[in-house]
Amino acid sequence: MTEWINAVLQGVLLGGLYALFAAGLSLIFGVMRLVNIAHGDLIVLAAFIALAVIDVTGIPALASFVVVVPAMAILGYALQRAVLNRTLGPDILPPLLVTFGLSVIIQNGLLELFTADSRRINAGAIEVASFPLAAGVNIGVLPAITFIIAVAVIGGLQLLFYRTALGRAFRATSDDREVAQLMGLDNRHIYGLAMALSLAVVAVAGILLAVRTNFDPAAGPARLIFGFEAVIIGGLGNLWGTLIGGIILGVAQTVGARIDPGWQLLAGHFAFVTVLVLRPNGLFPRMTG
Amino acid sequence: MPDPALLEIRDLEAHYGDFQALFGVSMEVAAGEVIAVIGANGAGKSTLLKNIAGLMISPPGMIAFDGLPIGDAPAHEIVAKGIALVPEGRRLFASLSVEENLRIGGQLNRAGPWNLTRIYQLFPVLAERRNVASMSLSGGEQQMAAIARSLMANPRLLLCDEISLGLAPIVVHNIYAQLPQIVAEGTAVIIVEQDIIRALQAADRVYCLQEGRVALEGMAGELTREAISAAYFGV
Repeated sequence: MTEWINAVLQGVLLGGLYALFAAGLSLIFGVMRLVNIAHGDLIVLAAFIALAVIDVTGIPALASFVVVVPAMAILGYALQRAVLNRTLGPDILPPLLVTFGLSVIIQNGLLELFTADSRRINAGAIEVASFPLAAGVNIGVLPAITFIIAVAVIGGLQLLFYRTALGRAFRATSDDREVAQLMGLDNRHIYGLAMALSLAVVAVAGILLAVRTNFDPAAGPARLIFGFEAVIIGGLGNLWGTLIGGIILGVAQTVGARIDPGWQLLAGHFAFVTVLVLRPNGLFPRMTG
Repeated sequence: MPDPALLEIRDLEAHYGDFQALFGVSMEVAAGEVIAVIGANGAGKSTLLKNIAGLMISPPGMIAFDGLPIGDAPAHEIVAKGIALVPEGRRLFASLSVEENLRIGGQLNRAGPWNLTRIYQLFPVLAERRNVASMSLSGGEQQMAAIARSLMANPRLLLCDEISLGLAPIVVHNIYAQLPQIVAEGTAVIIVEQDIIRALQAADRVYCLQEGRVALEGMAGELTREAISAAYFGV
């Protein structure tokens, strides 16, 4: 019995990481209707940047946030202004194709720089530390920290979107880009800020991924799939729904793995398809005013 | 030397692809003046407003605001200079509350007479409904909110595109009744309107567009019915 409880708990904590994968994806789609195919590869890019920063400076693993988060945010703003803004228009295809190309470029660039070797960021003793919750039920410190960070990030995004002037500008631009321009909002700048925010979340997700598991330059597309599934399960445009979506996906995977190690990914995809069939708009679709 | 006009349009031409919508339109608006632009459907009224507001780009010299060329400035820069457009069909931000819509309008923090307090005095019904979703307002309330949103930018020139469209006459009357208070703050207004009688009552001067050209212009009180219908229908 405790084995199953452990599996569910691990799944919940893993779901926090998946929600982080999904939050940046959902944010970009919500503000500018852009589906970022390179999202997973950007997560892996952030992981490699963190690896390089830690190698060069010798700072502790979790301190690399201080460098990688601003670096990815700046990259996001530049990427949006220089490349992605040019692809946005009435046709949804150009941004898909361009971000797909970006995905290929990032993967091959990382392959050239870091080889195909599987890497990991060593976070020290905290990696194996755990605390008992009840007899036979233990929680790893690192997964718990990951989950707490995920909840904090999603709560922070929620506050930003619904309680600040910037969030208001994001929502107005999403509603009606042209009228937002009439109110003095330069949509190219707003989109740049949204991508900066998305890649800041990607940086957090990338570092937490890198201390949790092995990664290599080809690991991105699978992260993209997990992110997509969490968004769709939770319902587009609802951040707390995205967290629930991530948790459902995480629990399905860990419980699946408990039944048979080969079933881990399959069980996650199965949960996704089940939700898609029963609730095509996700469990918590966005309420519009 | 007379004061230079607040807005001066010289030989403005506008195109949608191969289709030419405006052929050499010239117009002047002085500070605090109310101008009506009338004309049949497709005469180029909305195109004219879009060019002024920066939603359509024209050669810089064709439009001057305060003596400075603005023809090629994009919409978000135009509003910062002091020209605000109330778009046709209201187009409130659907996922924002009424007050959030107003705050977006005022997000540039331009100095001027209008702020939330003054806006709520002008349209008390908006104060009552400040926290509801903008789409739950009635059509007339939405139009008030759309005007209020543009006023929050403290414009020196307010462009109103078809504000009576789809509204009951009494509601239109109530909205137009607030116009003098807006003009009293020194704001010039250009009204694009299908309702000619309403436009003539509200305006100091009138321009009538016909197939992309100015067919008639003059003081609102001095134009005869015959002259207007000739300019309107081109008969």
